[in-house]
This record gives sequence, structure tokens and C-alpha cells, in this order.
Amino acid sequence: MIENRPGLTLLAHLVLMAGVAIVALPVWVAFVASTHTATDFMSGTIPVWPGPHLVENYARMLDAGVSTSGTPPVGTMMLNSLVMALLIACGKIAISITSAFAIVYFRFPLRQLAFWCIFITLMLPVEVRIVPTFQVVADLGLLNSYAGLSIPLIASATATFLFRQVFLTIPDELTEAARIDGAGPMKFFRDILLPLSRTNIAALFVILFIYGWNQYLWPLLITTSSDYYTVVAGIKRMADAVDGLPQWHLVMATAMLAMLPPVAVVIGMQRLFVKGLVETEK
Amino acid sequence: MKRTIFRNQLLPWLLLAPQLAITFIFFLWPAAQAIRQSFLRQDAFGINTSFVGLANFRALWNSPEYLNSLQVTAVFAVMVTVLSMGFSLLLAVAVDRTIRSSNVYTTLLVWPYAVAPAVAGILWWFIFNPTIGIMPYVLGGIGYDWNHISSKSDALVLVVIASAWKQISYNFLFFVAGLQSIPASLREAAAIDGAGPVRRFFDITLPLLSPTTFFLLVVNIVYAMFDTFAVIDATTEGGPAQATNILVYKVYFDGFVGQNMGSSAAQSVVLMGIVILLTAIQFRYVEKKVAY
Repeated sequence: MIENRPGLTLLAHLVLMAGVAIVALPVWVAFVASTHTATDFMSGTIPVWPGPHLVENYARMLDAGVSTSGTPPVGTMMLNSLVMALLIACGKIAISITSAFAIVYFRFPLRQLAFWCIFITLMLPVEVRIVPTFQVVADLGLLNSYAGLSIPLIASATATFLFRQVFLTIPDELTEAARIDGAGPMKFFRDILLPLSRTNIAALFVILFIYGWNQYLWPLLITTSSDYYTVVAGIKRMADAVDGLPQWHLVMATAMLAMLPPVAVVIGMQRLFVKGLVETEK
Repeated sequence: MKRTIFRNQLLPWLLLAPQLAITFIFFLWPAAQAIRQSFLRQDAFGINTSFVGLANFRALWNSPEYLNSLQVTAVFAVMVTVLSMGFSLLLAVAVDRTIRSSNVYTTLLVWPYAVAPAVAGILWWFIFNPTIGIMPYVLGGIGYDWNHISSKSDALVLVVIASAWKQISYNFLFFVAGLQSIPASLREAAAIDGAGPVRRFFDITLPLLSPTTFFLLVVNIVYAMFDTFAVIDATTEGGPAQATNILVYKVYFDGFVGQNMGSSAAQSVVLMGIVILLTAIQFRYVEKKVAY
């Protein structure tokens, strides 16, 4: 605060409240829609306040779903999303932390080349090499499997760089002490590096869980069997199917359920989330 | 560089193996395939392929649809970036003025980051639904007949809003961090010299914020070009009449739906060039201070 200007402070609060309202608007509308029945939409516009059908709609979607859309119950899809998000987050962290360990703590031929191979993945987002990647996964027989959903996405240059930065700040004296005490590389990794990177791992996990949960294009392409549909990709199939028959209350209930876990993670672990977001960009 | 290292030669390769294997199988090999296919053309049955040199690229350059897609992508990226960054900067400056309540506002503004782009698209699609949505009702009240299913500009505005909304939290957090790193003494000195809040914003805050702004500019352009596939697919599917057919959507559509492998591969190669360029800009300039 540079100077006391109550008018400006009031204006700041008004701007923020308007901002919060605009940001929350779509979710409020979706929530309201998800608590009504299909007939409530027929009157012309949707209601502004929640209706009495909340429990009924959500319970129906979670364990039955919309049979006409060909999608499984939302509960099943959320479970698939959870498995995929956890596999991607844990997989990325596991292979990146060992890669960073290898690059920082060892000298070996072609070390620079290995580093650049990992770096280059930054420049190849799945959207730009979508057709050949799909062919590789199909040739390997990974369509319609959890492995196919997660493994092609778990290479990570950003996570490797993050752990590299973390390791570079760990003092050499610790490594020397560990070596004098007779610790081999894996013991040093397990007993010193892992505990020291704990908060970084947690922060990264928050970001990667959201990344994994929100995947859309990849699951849409490689899951043709409804057993492996994820909720984010399934919701579009559901919206397409109900286009003729307006069942927007059910689609919106699914949308609410699809965003609940990642939003809860962000709000519940806000500090770690912000840390992870800032760190992965450095 | 570490002074103290371990001497094993085999172990580092074992540690790198999973990452390198995935990188080769799912990144480098498909990328090489895309480059190879971009020089080939398949016949209608996919049996014979022949080397056609740069013909696929020339075909793109002469295709009105592709040029339209380029233009749509540019307009879309600029609109998303400007809308999202402008709105976020306004909120960040406002939060910077509040002291006690800033944490509450931050919590209320960061959660859209966690909403999947596809879900964001569906939410806005519903709000703007021409028959039952709230916005067409409001817009109808002021005499505007909203219909994103038939109007090209309405459809573009819809996907821009949905994409920008999703990016607000990200820009907001980085702008707040940028504002907090500006020394208060500078603004105090300006205030003592008689500069009002508006003057201080334009002469001190905005120039000192330029590294953050530039960084966000690159990030937002990358986001709008590559991460908005789900928004488009969940809402307009590139229509009406190609009005929202951005480059990443066209690669997917031509490759999977149109089965035109040569053209899709050539488009992939063009996109790779764009990503490489943007990544290079990010790494080359972002770390250096862009300041006046």
C-alpha cells in the first residue's frame, strides 16, 4: 500500500468480486442445471437456482450413466481417469528423478546426447505427432489398456529439468560424506536425495495429477472399448449422444463430477500447487 | 556441474533406460515417421506409396483450407492471449492492492486451472446454447441473435472465451508473483514525486512487469495453439464452415477422419517447426530480462 485511497481499494474489491463471479459463472450454471430434470429446460431458459434433483441425478450418473450414449457409468469412467492420472503422475516422477540422478551424478560417454534426447520431447507435444504415435501404440497392441493410456505420455523433460535443478543445489559435501561413509550410489539416492526432494516431488505430483486427469485427445483415440473410457473424454461422447434428446442435466452432472477431483486437489493443496506451477516453468 | 560424482558406467544407463526408451518409441520414432511420410503419397487404397518430394508441402501452401486454418489459428491465438492476459492483469493489480483478503481471492481465482479444457468447452457451450442457454437469452434482450451453430464469428468468440477462461488462473498467479517482485520503494518514490496511481501503473509497474508479461505471452500462444484441441473438439469441431478449424484440429481431422496421411504428416512437420521456434524463443529470451 503506497498511499491511503479508500476509493481505489473499494474499486479493487469490486473488480475482484466481479472477476470471481465471472470465473465462477459457468460452474454455477452447470451446477444448477445438474440439479433439475429434463423437463425443467423445456420452458425456454434454464432455472437460476438449484432444484431438488441433485442426489437423484448424481446417483444415477455414478452407477448407471446414460445407456443410450454408449458410455459406461460415470463411476467407472472416474475410476479409469484416476488410474490413468496416478500412473502418469507416478510414472513421470519415477523415470524423471532417476534420469536426473544419472545426468547430474555420473560422467559417462554420450551424456550430453542423452540430455538432448530428453530435451527434445519438449518440442514434440502429442498433438503434432498424433497419427504416427497412434500407429506405434496400435502396433504394440496397447490400444484399450491402462498401459496404452499412460506410458506414451510419461516421458517428461520438464520433470527431469526440475529434479536436475534440485540436485544441483544439494551441496557436494553431502555426497562426499556419504561416499566416505561407504554409501553406494543407490543408497545415496534413496537415503539422501529422495528425502531432500520430498516437497518438490509433492508439488510436481499435484501438477502432474491434474495433467493426467485432464488428458483428452489421447484417451479419445486409443480407447474404443467403453471399459477404458475416461470421464473427460467420455463426457464429449455423452454430449454428442444427447444432442437430439436434451439431457443436459445429466451431462452437466457428469461435468461437475469430472472437474471435482482436480479442483479439490488444487484448492486443498494450494501451496504445493503454486510451488509446482512456478517450478515447472523455470 | 558436480565435483563429486559416482564412477559407475553401467548404472547411469540403467537409470536413464526407461525415460530414453519411452522417448525413442513414442516421441522420436513417430516424429521421424511424420517427417518421412510428409515426403510420401499413398494411393487411395493405402497399398502403394511413392516419394513425391515437397509436393505435400506445396499442396498445403496452395490449399485455401490450410491458409484459412493458419489465419484462424493466428486470430484465435491473439484473441485468447489478449483476453486472458488482460483480464488476469486487471485482477492481479486489484489483488495487489488488497492486503488481508488477497489469499481468499487467490483461492477463488486459481481453481479453473484444474478444469479440463474439454470440460471448460462443454460448460461454455451450455451457457451459450442457442435454445436453453443463459447468454443467448441475455443477448437477445439487447437485440443480438446469438447462434454459434450457424454464425462463424459467434463460434469463434465462444471457443476464445472458453479457452481464455481456462487460462486466467495461470496468468493471474504469474502476474501476482511479478507484481510482488517490484520493489515498493520505486512506487513510493513516484508517489512522493506526485505521480497518481494510473501514472505509476503505466510508468513503473508495467515496464518492470515486462519479463513476466513476455514470458506469459509465449506461454499463452503455445497454449492457444496446442492445448486447445479439446476445447474445439468438445464444442464446434472446427465448424461452422472451418471458422474454428485451428491447425492442431486440422492435423487430427485430416489424419484420422480424412485419412489423408501425406497431408497430415506435412502439417505435423509444419507444427513441429512452430513449436521448435516458440521453444527456442522461450529459452533464448525469457531468462534474460526484457526491460526498458
